[in-house]
Amino acid sequence: MRSYSEIETTIKRATKAKGFSWGISEEVGKNIRLLEMFGLPGLKNLNQYFKIYNISNFENIGEISSSNTAKGYYCPVLCGLNFYDQSPVILKFNEIEINKIAFPLIFLSFLSRASEIIGKRIFLKMDNKEFLFNFNESIYSNYLSGDILEKSDKINIKFLDNKNNFSEDDWLEMHKLSIKTYVEESEESKSRTAGAGLTDND
Amino acid sequence: MEIKLRDPKFLMKLSKLGSFHQSKLSFLRSFLKEFKDWKYNRDLFQLNDKGFGRAIYSFTKEKKTYSLICFANEIKDDERSDRVIATKWDAAFTLFDGIPTKEDVDRLSNNVPKQEVGRLSYKELTLSRANKSVRLFNHVVENLSKGQQPDKEFISKVGYLYRTTAVYGSGKFGLADRFRIKNRDEICGPFRLEMMLVYLVRQFTFDQVNHIAKSISPKNAVELDNNISRTLGIGNSTGLGMAPFIVNHPTLLNNWITARETVLKKIREIEKVSKNDLDIFYQCLIKSLKNITSWHTDSEFQKEKIKNLIFDLKKFIKFMKDEFKFENSYQFNNIYMWAEENLNDECIEYIVSMMMEPYDKIVDPLVSKMSSNEEKYFNIPVERTIEDLRNIIEKNYSEILKIDFSKEENNKNFWFISKNKEEPRIGDRYIDDGSNLEQPLAIARDIKKLYDIVFTKKNSSKIGKFLLDNNHLRHVVRRVFISEKCPYAEIQDNTIGSKLMPIDMLRLKLSFFGAIKFDPRSDKWLRICMFQGAPLPSELSNFDNYWMYN
Repeated sequence: MRSYSEIETTIKRATKAKGFSWGISEEVGKNIRLLEMFGLPGLKNLNQYFKIYNISNFENIGEISSSNTAKGYYCPVLCGLNFYDQSPVILKFNEIEINKIAFPLIFLSFLSRASEIIGKRIFLKMDNKEFLFNFNESIYSNYLSGDILEKSDKINIKFLDNKNNFSEDDWLEMHKLSIKTYVEESEESKSRTAGAGLTDND
Repeated sequence: MEIKLRDPKFLMKLSKLGSFHQSKLSFLRSFLKEFKDWKYNRDLFQLNDKGFGRAIYSFTKEKKTYSLICFANEIKDDERSDRVIATKWDAAFTLFDGIPTKEDVDRLSNNVPKQEVGRLSYKELTLSRANKSVRLFNHVVENLSKGQQPDKEFISKVGYLYRTTAVYGSGKFGLADRFRIKNRDEICGPFRLEMMLVYLVRQFTFDQVNHIAKSISPKNAVELDNNISRTLGIGNSTGLGMAPFIVNHPTLLNNWITARETVLKKIREIEKVSKNDLDIFYQCLIKSLKNITSWHTDSEFQKEKIKNLIFDLKKFIKFMKDEFKFENSYQFNNIYMWAEENLNDECIEYIVSMMMEPYDKIVDPLVSKMSSNEEKYFNIPVERTIEDLRNIIEKNYSEILKIDFSKEENNKNFWFISKNKEEPRIGDRYIDDGSNLEQPLAIARDIKKLYDIVFTKKNSSKIGKFLLDNNHLRHVVRRVFISEKCPYAEIQDNTIGSKLMPIDMLRLKLSFFGAIKFDPRSDKWLRICMFQGAPLPSELSNFDNYWMYN
């Protein structure tokens, strides 16, 4: 088994060898490590992407808007990097659509990290595959295949509001149960607690 | 009185960092302290008459065990090389997480001796190899087999029976990733598992010479005297491979230096130093002179450094005897201020290390802060502005901005990874091929490039937008924001200039390891010694804190 440290270092160098800057290569190394740790086939997808990288003209996305369409296909590295760099700004879009992106799995790793820096969950849907990015702590998905995803013609991204996954009733029931661990205080005990006997208006 | 931490722009110069010495913060010393109540055992010792075979040593506490697995191999004299390009070694080692099964040992016997071309697993923590100091090794075996102890002077001159040529950890060659073990209290200090490996290897070297001597002459042989064993450490040959580490791990470097500087600050702030504490400092200093005068090197560069150090130390001792007034307050601050005014960097930093000796209470809490969660600092704060970036550069990199990179001499070198051995090397940009594959270690030059571009941008513009067109400088944008939180993260010098002494970078790291006897063999590699004078594993439960100076 290759260690995650080996994966990160090798990917960083391989990305540089493909002509990306060292700073971008550091990001890609970190991201592929992340995908592999989350159980997604990051290295395999990147390897395939790099095989065709020099013979196809992949596009840079530049400034991201609510709807983005490539003439050919977007480069998942530059697209991901720009999404990550602009994530505090593009939060204003409720939904973002990206049409035509190559090797979208590589792009996903940037979204996971973006979720952490903006402090919001991000939901992504492409075809019938769904991904939920949880503050870079985990990725929840219905995609369990270890296959290479060569392209996606349409990706929809939503920034999710920070809200709980339960109703107020669920909460109240749980809270009611939790207070059963409390103990009634005696009068004597009350008179010895912090602040007792003093005026709070001093 | 509040003493300020020393200014990074003054402290983080390579010549200053290359003058650092071991101290109480050094990793090999903090390792011994942490493991003093662990149970040491030799679990297996299967060597043939010539000393070749397997051995296992362990440290255990409650349900945790770390095991060193040793493979001693027969190699020909002409196969023995300290260079990283070697493919065979006298012995190879791995530190195993737990108690290895026979299957584990068999698996490792096929991989550990191969080192870089073998494969390790997440069960193994560190990997190393070592070669005999053949002359000393044979001398010791020969004498022990005749029933006599070896020549102490010869032992002192060499200082070790084996020297390692690399110690690997943190996921290399399939070893366990750092994240798997980072939350263990006993290894919270940096390089603690590497230190454990080297320390247990030292014991193996003693057991091996005793075993061979007894095999040669079962009736006459004696065991190596413990007092002599203690004076032997483990040698290490270290080259350029170590130098980029301190550039590639800025937050770790920051935490090492911050710990050292915080200790110094707190000691200088002590208003009334006790007589006892001052005595400990002074006695360690006097005793350490013996170590320095027994420091043998063929390097003219190092001989000059030792000569100056001894000269300065004598000057300092004279000051302590004739001029220093104990009755004044802030004694250690007075000592430091005098040293700054009257001594060279090598001796100033030596004295700083010695000042730490009486102060466990100040030093110990900082040892656990010398590791770093590097991930925490990786994200670039893209919502910050160009004005922020420029202000940080002007504040933290003002020395670097003075370097004129249009001059050939300031651009002379480039760092690259050797194709032959995947190790860092340095080349001449104007002679050697490969500068297009330069590693991102020319931080000063790239910061200057960044500053020149940033200077033309709008103050209110966001970093995320700036990176859209300037991703070629992304690696240094990240570093600038790291330096904001970590003032000692950057070397305030040119790492590609013609005057670069890579050995300064090596010495900085090795001083934090706790190495002594720096013996440069060129400006690019050196030999050192570790654990010389350290207690033996059987003595760990009760040892002298000042063993370094005995």
